[in-house]
Amino acid sequence: MRNLTLLGVLVCALLLCQGFVQGEEARSIFESPTPPQPAGELDRIVFAKLEQLGIKPVLCSDAVFVRRLYLDMLGKLPTSTEVREFLADQSPDKRTRLVDRLMERREFVDYWAMKWGDTLRIKAEIPVNLWPNGARAFHRFVWASLASNKPYDQFVREMLTASGSNFRVGAVNFYRAVQDRSPAGIASMVALTFMGVRTDHWPKERLDGMAVFFSQIAYKPTSEWKEEVVFWDPWGLRLVPTNFVPGRDTPGTVRPKPTDEVVSPAPPPISQEPLVGVFPDGTKVTIPPDKDPREVFADWLIRPDNPWFTKCIVNRVWAWIMGRGIIHEPDEIRDDNPPSNPELLAYLEKEMIQSGYNLRHLYRVILTSQTYQFSSIPRNLSPEAMANFASYLPRRLEAEVLIDAINDITGTTDLYTSAIPEPFTYVPRDVSAVSLADGSIISPFLTLFGRSARATGAFNERSNKPTPSQWLHMLNSSAIYSKLASGSKLTALFRSGRPIPEIVDELYLTILSRSPTPEELQTCKEYIEKSRSRGEAMVDVAWALINSPEFLYRH
Amino acid sequence: MVKEDRLTETRVSRREVLRHGVYGAGGVLLGSALTKSVVAQEAASAAPPKIKPKAKSVIQIFLWGGMSHNDTWDPKPGAGRDYLGEFTEVIDTNVPGIQLSALFPKLAKQADKFSLIRSMTHGNNGHETAAYIMQTGHLPGERLAYPSIGAVFAYFKGQDYKGIIPPYVVLTRSPGRFSEEGFLGPNYKAFATGGDPNAARFEVEGVVARGITDDRQKARRELLDKLNTFGRLVVDHPEIALAEESKRTAYELILGPGREVFDLSKEDPKLRDAYGRHTFGQCCLVARRLVEAGVPYIVINYPGGWDTHSNHFATMRRQCPQLDEGLAMLLQDLHDRGLLETTLVWCTGEFGRTPKVSWEPPWNGGRHHYGNVFTVLVAGGGFKGGQVVGASDEVGAAVKERPVYPVDLLGTIYALGGIDTKAKLPHPEGLDAPVLPEPNDRVKSAGLLTELIA
Repeated sequence: MRNLTLLGVLVCALLLCQGFVQGEEARSIFESPTPPQPAGELDRIVFAKLEQLGIKPVLCSDAVFVRRLYLDMLGKLPTSTEVREFLADQSPDKRTRLVDRLMERREFVDYWAMKWGDTLRIKAEIPVNLWPNGARAFHRFVWASLASNKPYDQFVREMLTASGSNFRVGAVNFYRAVQDRSPAGIASMVALTFMGVRTDHWPKERLDGMAVFFSQIAYKPTSEWKEEVVFWDPWGLRLVPTNFVPGRDTPGTVRPKPTDEVVSPAPPPISQEPLVGVFPDGTKVTIPPDKDPREVFADWLIRPDNPWFTKCIVNRVWAWIMGRGIIHEPDEIRDDNPPSNPELLAYLEKEMIQSGYNLRHLYRVILTSQTYQFSSIPRNLSPEAMANFASYLPRRLEAEVLIDAINDITGTTDLYTSAIPEPFTYVPRDVSAVSLADGSIISPFLTLFGRSARATGAFNERSNKPTPSQWLHMLNSSAIYSKLASGSKLTALFRSGRPIPEIVDELYLTILSRSPTPEELQTCKEYIEKSRSRGEAMVDVAWALINSPEFLYRH
Repeated sequence: MVKEDRLTETRVSRREVLRHGVYGAGGVLLGSALTKSVVAQEAASAAPPKIKPKAKSVIQIFLWGGMSHNDTWDPKPGAGRDYLGEFTEVIDTNVPGIQLSALFPKLAKQADKFSLIRSMTHGNNGHETAAYIMQTGHLPGERLAYPSIGAVFAYFKGQDYKGIIPPYVVLTRSPGRFSEEGFLGPNYKAFATGGDPNAARFEVEGVVARGITDDRQKARRELLDKLNTFGRLVVDHPEIALAEESKRTAYELILGPGREVFDLSKEDPKLRDAYGRHTFGQCCLVARRLVEAGVPYIVINYPGGWDTHSNHFATMRRQCPQLDEGLAMLLQDLHDRGLLETTLVWCTGEFGRTPKVSWEPPWNGGRHHYGNVFTVLVAGGGFKGGQVVGASDEVGAAVKERPVYPVDLLGTIYALGGIDTKAKLPHPEGLDAPVLPEPNDRVKSAGLLTELIA
């Protein structure tokens, strides 16, 4: 690491002699000269903490902000027109107004539905096997809930208490999107998803106590191919061997009635033995036989004084936006993994509860804060500075966001398909990768760039870590090259006959959401003019921009 | 003594961990997970492995879709038309007593180099689930989704592998039906070459770029560096530093000697002919070159697939001769170069196909998914040749003797590769994730294939 830093210094020194943009001049592209002022309670808490650490934060420039906000809210880049409009706007509250405007966009729902898709494991095939119709129904449920800004507590309760067909009642797929459908397996998944807790660290009794609430869930196939009904089964019908085929491999197979049997036995009476469940906080509860235990659990979970529920969601949303949880990892909530700033977490919880679990309110509180608008150029790389959000954490764009951005820039599309189950699925060309409902619908790019496998729903299941193979693809693949060289938008620009500086300016605004500095413009101009093929040289400029960290990383 | 051997297998130095940061999963996390696994292994003391590791590289030929066993390597000439379909002829091989379908004349001359497992079984008839079972040895429905055997090889064998080419290569495309790297992370994803080795120039995606001269490569790389205004300001940030590091590795492959491995023009045209001038045949040749370059795990995903519900016999007539030609020459060539001893080849699909032909419409002579019994070909890397393990019944519908379950087959391959199947994989949350599951009432086992060990 030290060697790298040294190398960086040397390289910078070398570059200084060659007149590249750097130092204060370079910073001024990305940072605002206005010193940050706490804009509300959230900022006051964060600034106080940073002062303790002796860190003076810096705000990002307008150009950085507009790009950052589009990527964080919509999972897509602003167009060059949108960038120009925002930069030209002189009103002091334009950043806040942009937050409000973007919240009304359809892509806002698409993008957040994608994140929930990872968390809830929306995938037709292995290992959770929702099947295509189930995956779609589940995604529709999530999408519609986010679009109508359904209160989060209600959103969760609907999933936890749902019954019905996986095709018709989207929310029941919550109980199908789990590999291990035993009561303990489901309890584990519920804890991970809504409490941010890994039950692996729990004593066995605690998991067993929680599993009781999920001990009466049954699944049954119908005569429709891959339809499955999830229902509350207080009779224990699922335990009668001829009644229920849990067979994950042959859903929809209804067992033929055995010829030597007269009729199926009548349903056994509901057990009069009341169930005794134990909530994860240790409270015992007796569940009356006529009450679905899932409801008892849901009502305990979504209470504002539940020690996990609100903490988990505010921390999760914060981590999605800021790149790191106040408790980190966001699904590692436990006593020996304390929040980096307890006061900040408590404040967000309070906001969430007072707003009636209004997710958009939570987004707004975070996105309109000065803290969110900090520069991404770190002044301090200590773990404390990172854990306290002293600068915006650069992160590589997610696979879906990255390919959508490349396609938007170049005017191209990708083919998304699912080879399984037959018949093959082909998605229309104008559908963005972000809005794909089903994790089984893939492209080689999405796979290569670490899209979530949607197997466990863990926060870190998606990997944005760079690998050499990804670089090979970005730098040198025919797939990317043909987009740059023959995509309709770029070729139109290259062949427009406009002067080179205008073309370079448009490229910069489209790809990096800012205009080039005079030095950068000069570099591009020289490269294009010196080249034997102007067309190829312009492709190379676009190629260099999409391979820069400024493009590949949200910053 | 045994204990020590087991330790060195998974212990990695800090330096190796850093190297894994390039090809391997995120450095520090991996380090701590491994330390845990070493501690866990010290506590456990298992019986010493009976099988001596011999395989330096593995070539897995995956007959995606599921190849019929009846029509190929487990022929049933007496079974009648309902089972036989159009292929009634069998041929002798160079090993007395072993017969193959007449579709495989070239392979028949190499039977002393390979062995057949005619009693492979897992009972699953779904492509993706069966593929998962055959390539991980784990059953779905557990808490975790496991990485494929290729990713596991890349993880363990990659620690000593110093090549520029990634340690786990797929020719030419990944089927992408499950996340093959699983929780090991994107560094253990297979490097899929793309392109077609049977084309005039094998354009390995990202390595050999069409129409870009080395001069232009260098010029645009300079341009990229000059325009990297933001990157220079955040060069110290760990995220960005990691990106720069992996970019340098990529450039070693783009501009360095690694790409020559994929350059088939360096091969004798006569040898290329012998492998067969078709994508599969040339994939086999590339696989041999990758073995020579030390790549630990290579998968050839059979181009075209074997999912022959309908049009079965015509597809078999077209594909089997290509499989025959490429595979037979691969075994011959590996043997001639003295590489077969240290190169394990295994070839199978995720399952076989129904022994009974569906003559009725819409299949009109088709065969369907069949996981109850099917055949696997194994060769080299410590496997004996000229053997048949197990048997199916008289029509190829059920295991008649010596069932072989996925953990038996994979367990043997791992053992020959020197990988302890009880070793813990580095799960990011430190969960208990062994290479293979212990046999239990769900996970069946009939023992490792010791009868095939030379």
